[in-house]
Amino acid sequence: MTRMKNRFLEKIIEAAIFLSGIVAVLIVVLIFIFLFKESFSFFVKENMLAVLLGRNWYPISDPPQFGFLPLMMGSLFVTMGAIVIAVPFGLAAALYISEVAPAWLKDILKTGIELLAAIPSIVLGFIGIVVLAPLIKNFFHLGSGLTALAGSIMLAFMAMPTIVSIIEDAITSVPRSYKQGALALGATHWQTIRRVIIPAAFPGIIAAVMLGIGRVIGETMAVLMITGNAAIMPTTLLQPVRTLTATIAAEMGEVIRGSSHYYSLFGIGLILFIITFVINLIADLVLHRRRING
Amino acid sequence: MTKLTTQSEVIIVVEEQIKRMQAKNINAWFYDKQALQNINLDIYDKKVTAIIGPSGCGKSTFIRNLNRLHETVPGARVSGTILLDGENILQGSYDAVALRRKVGMVFQKPTPFPTMSIYDNVTAGLKLYGRQSKSDLDLLVEKSLKRAALWEEVKDILDKPGISLSGGQQQRLCIARALTIEPEVILLDEPCSALDPISTSKIEELIHELKHKYTIVIVTHNMQQAARVADYTAFFLMGELVEFDQTSKIFTAPTDKRTEDYITGRFG
Repeated sequence: MTRMKNRFLEKIIEAAIFLSGIVAVLIVVLIFIFLFKESFSFFVKENMLAVLLGRNWYPISDPPQFGFLPLMMGSLFVTMGAIVIAVPFGLAAALYISEVAPAWLKDILKTGIELLAAIPSIVLGFIGIVVLAPLIKNFFHLGSGLTALAGSIMLAFMAMPTIVSIIEDAITSVPRSYKQGALALGATHWQTIRRVIIPAAFPGIIAAVMLGIGRVIGETMAVLMITGNAAIMPTTLLQPVRTLTATIAAEMGEVIRGSSHYYSLFGIGLILFIITFVINLIADLVLHRRRING
Repeated sequence: MTKLTTQSEVIIVVEEQIKRMQAKNINAWFYDKQALQNINLDIYDKKVTAIIGPSGCGKSTFIRNLNRLHETVPGARVSGTILLDGENILQGSYDAVALRRKVGMVFQKPTPFPTMSIYDNVTAGLKLYGRQSKSDLDLLVEKSLKRAALWEEVKDILDKPGISLSGGQQQRLCIARALTIEPEVILLDEPCSALDPISTSKIEELIHELKHKYTIVIVTHNMQQAARVADYTAFFLMGELVEFDQTSKIFTAPTDKRTEDYITGRFG
């Protein structure tokens, strides 16, 4: 009897674990279906190509224009700017932590970078408005400091913890024998880092960049606050922009339910979802390849 | 030498071996644990010196001091003097990077650089010291690979990754890589312990060849290997140098009881 009972219990536990495991995947699939369903009719009605390539975002004028391009360009400008800032600094920080810093400083730095990740994005946005935007305004003699550049800098801070910790991890997992082999050949510490350690850790560095992009492109609150929020085609980083995420956050509250505008916001959500999905997929593939070859 | 080679002269010749490296009063630590205790050992020029002893006896730590790789590990310290060409390589002002060009090293586990081709692995050491013409590099690659007895096996696949070779080939690739920078001394840290018998015998033949040109120090677990390749043998036990003498003497008439016990397989 007890054996039967035990087996029954095990079946239940197995089922529960299976459900917990599958639920994450299910939710992702359901979100995708939901976004797709809500935005499908919009893309058909407004002509998908015109939407994706439209240069004007005037959702409440008459007739409305739903060009996603300025929003996508806004996200692209802010994201690229952030990555261009965050990756060199992140790589340098990770190299310092893993290769140069003494043990006691290493711990302090790692904790500090983790704390950076713990700062709420709204706080960073707030600092951006109060401190960074005036600086940019004065430095470049602009009418307003609320620009793509301000967003890029603040988002670089947000992406940094992800980038540093993944690169640091990748560098630390380079076998010590490679490093010793290079040193034994008469390489200096820097030559060892540049010619052996960085190439060996390269997949990890790419993954860090990808996940950094994923982190940045999905960020909403801080960018909404400090990028100036103007849905126009940007040409430089010193212009105000409006990102995909900020558009949804700013307009969802006031949109008329069931209107084309309403569905267009789901369309934006779908585009974002696809972008982040692809980026994470690439990061995952790169990291996975590293494990296989590792 | 005169042409009169009497018995006594031969002995004098042996005793007049040039000392290429001299270790004096070497103590080494990892954090608080002492790994070497007061080691005094001479490395003779163009001879093979084997260091034998059970695991953890400090033999690897010792040779890792000969090229100052010991100090690159966290918590590692050393005291004492090691002379190379009359200069103390352990003093802080001695350039460790320059030292490692004079004292090359091959490790237990073959360590070809994973992202480089066979060709690039061989030239990796050279490229550290500035550019050379492609034709010069080609010649050096061929020369080094021939000297490491690997050329015939890899001459048509030089652009393949170094890690695609077999373990024995990888180890000879690492030897070739160490040879390109023309060291004076080559340290071999258990170079055959991860290899099959055929690869091992190839490396041993190679050691016989190389000692005409280089001074070689080999750490080995394998006493038959020491007996086969070495002119001198040092026996380490628990961080101490128990006995150092000509290999034939160590293996036939050791003076220390512990050496005898070890080589006759009573422990270790």
